[in-house]
Amino acid sequence: MAVISYIDAITMAMREEMRRDPGVFVLGEDVGVRGGVFRATNGLIEEFGEERVLDTPLAESAIVGVAIGAAAYGMRPIAEIQFADFIMPAVNQIVSEAAKIRYRSNNDWHCPLTIRAPFGGGIHGALYHSQSVEAMFTNVPGLKVVVPSTPYDAKGLLKAAIRDEDPVLFFEHKRCYRLIKGEVPETDYVLPIGKADVKREGTDITVISYGLTLHFALQAAEKLAQEGISAHVLDLRTLYPLDKEAIVEAAAKTGKVLIVHEDNKEGGVGGEVAAIIAEHCLFDLDAPIKRLCGPDVPAMPYSPPLEKFFMLNPDTVLAAMRELAHF
Amino acid sequence: MSNQAQNRHQAVGLSDQQVLDMFYYMVLARKIDERQWLLNRAGKVPFVISCQGQEAAQIGAAFALEKGKDYLCPYYRDLGVVLVFGQTARDCMLSAFAKAEDPNSGGRQMPGHFGSRKLNILTGSSPVTTQVPHAVGIALAGKMQGKDLVVFTSFGEGSSNQGDFHEGANFAGVHKLPVIFFCENNKYAISVPLKKQLACESVADRAVGYGFTGISVDGNDPIETYRVMKEAVERARAGGGPTLIEAVTYRLVPHSSDDDDRTYRTREEVEEAKKQDPILRFAAYLKEIGLLDDTSEKELLERVQAEVDEATDYAENAPYPAPESALTHVYGA
Repeated sequence: MAVISYIDAITMAMREEMRRDPGVFVLGEDVGVRGGVFRATNGLIEEFGEERVLDTPLAESAIVGVAIGAAAYGMRPIAEIQFADFIMPAVNQIVSEAAKIRYRSNNDWHCPLTIRAPFGGGIHGALYHSQSVEAMFTNVPGLKVVVPSTPYDAKGLLKAAIRDEDPVLFFEHKRCYRLIKGEVPETDYVLPIGKADVKREGTDITVISYGLTLHFALQAAEKLAQEGISAHVLDLRTLYPLDKEAIVEAAAKTGKVLIVHEDNKEGGVGGEVAAIIAEHCLFDLDAPIKRLCGPDVPAMPYSPPLEKFFMLNPDTVLAAMRELAHF
Repeated sequence: MSNQAQNRHQAVGLSDQQVLDMFYYMVLARKIDERQWLLNRAGKVPFVISCQGQEAAQIGAAFALEKGKDYLCPYYRDLGVVLVFGQTARDCMLSAFAKAEDPNSGGRQMPGHFGSRKLNILTGSSPVTTQVPHAVGIALAGKMQGKDLVVFTSFGEGSSNQGDFHEGANFAGVHKLPVIFFCENNKYAISVPLKKQLACESVADRAVGYGFTGISVDGNDPIETYRVMKEAVERARAGGGPTLIEAVTYRLVPHSSDDDDRTYRTREEVEEAKKQDPILRFAAYLKEIGLLDDTSEKELLERVQAEVDEATDYAENAPYPAPESALTHVYGA
């Protein structure tokens, strides 16, 4: 099986789906001739032409709004928002429209739309090219919010998103794009949206994470194994709706839970995960639920020491895991 | 007098039967609307949002479209448009009473939030102008599939300030998509008059920035509105791209059943506008050319009245949705 990067898995998923279904098309800023500023749509315009790989005017609400109309008509658009930070002008279209079309029409209309957006920091992107915006969308029934952390998951989940009958926000951690590599089958497969995945089995502590920080947890778990600490690592993969069963099972397994995400702590996804655990398996716990997250500041600053301070890293995650293990 | 009157509808390709049908729809829209106000004031329905004063614009425009092929992304005042596309008085009353059978939303949305897949009417929401990019998306999809469909989207003059209007119009202009941007300029965005909404001369002027034709028309005249729409539809269908049409009308009633327009406009102004009531004007035209007389007008009114009565009774007695059905249709199966 070929080892490829996270971004190449995303491109592969789109290419396969565009070959499979003529209703699938891509639209966004610079997705055509340029192949995307991160190159996620590289080669697609050459294969599918500019009718199916549309360089749109620079206007995010139209990118999403036009995609909604096309999806309602029966197409399967993949709208790219160049950076998750720039999704804000399209929030009305995502939250008031895409998420509510099925419900408000009493199941008459629906909106099979995928919106891809790179998120996250660690690439010297400063305040407006580094944000984690997922928490804004994890309180919106009607939407699905997916964040893959491995190339295998990226391909299988993106294909599932494109085939889904409802709108899916697909957030890709941009630091993972070329940093994270893994085995990806060239065959057709889809992974279920709404299902978390155990990325490492363990018995002493449970770490629940997603995106780039999931990899920090896996690296830390490797080191802690040498200290005799066994970490269980759950990758949420879908942030809305959450896989409550998998969360409760993972928490109950060790009784000690650390939730890790790059997004800031207060109001983040970790709060909901903690609440699920508290509601369903409080008495299985042997320690207070811990959260290790980005600081509660508006966004990630530019200057290298400031960015480094904001970002979690394998060492900070390791320290938090060790501390919990010794509780 | 009737012998001297100029027949304007034949000149634009409308048959005698078509203009009589237009008149029927205009009266039907008005009477459904008036009944909903009565029901609201009687405490029977919680909310009304009106088409009154805009019937000629709506019905003139809708007659230029092809049912079963073209698509609508209407706004909340477009009762006249959706009636022409196949919604019935009963459908409207079911929506007013928020009953389970309401075809727009099963009673989930306020009245005026039209939608019907089988009638090619895209479901709409309350944040204004969000439907404009949707119309552009349907047009794009139709073009990708090689269809020659046209998409009609409508909005008020206040909404022509929204980013979604400008983003959608620009997108459609760049891709030369078959979209009719139909602005029903009724002079007020709730309480705020036109001069506080736009610095340009007319809404139609806005089209020039997007590379297509903008045209202003007397929205109190269904024949003139039809003529302009027909040209735009033919251009769009032939691949000539979008058109912005501004139909100049007047909102004869408050913004909604929760509004009191005495706080921002004079009774004299409203009374003056009522002299241009499109239904009175069109009835006068039909009488002038001999297509309508007092007897046939009375018969038509009685027919519409009976239709509205039946619809009201049916909807009032229809069952509400089951409470727990509020949990359904968040996602597909």
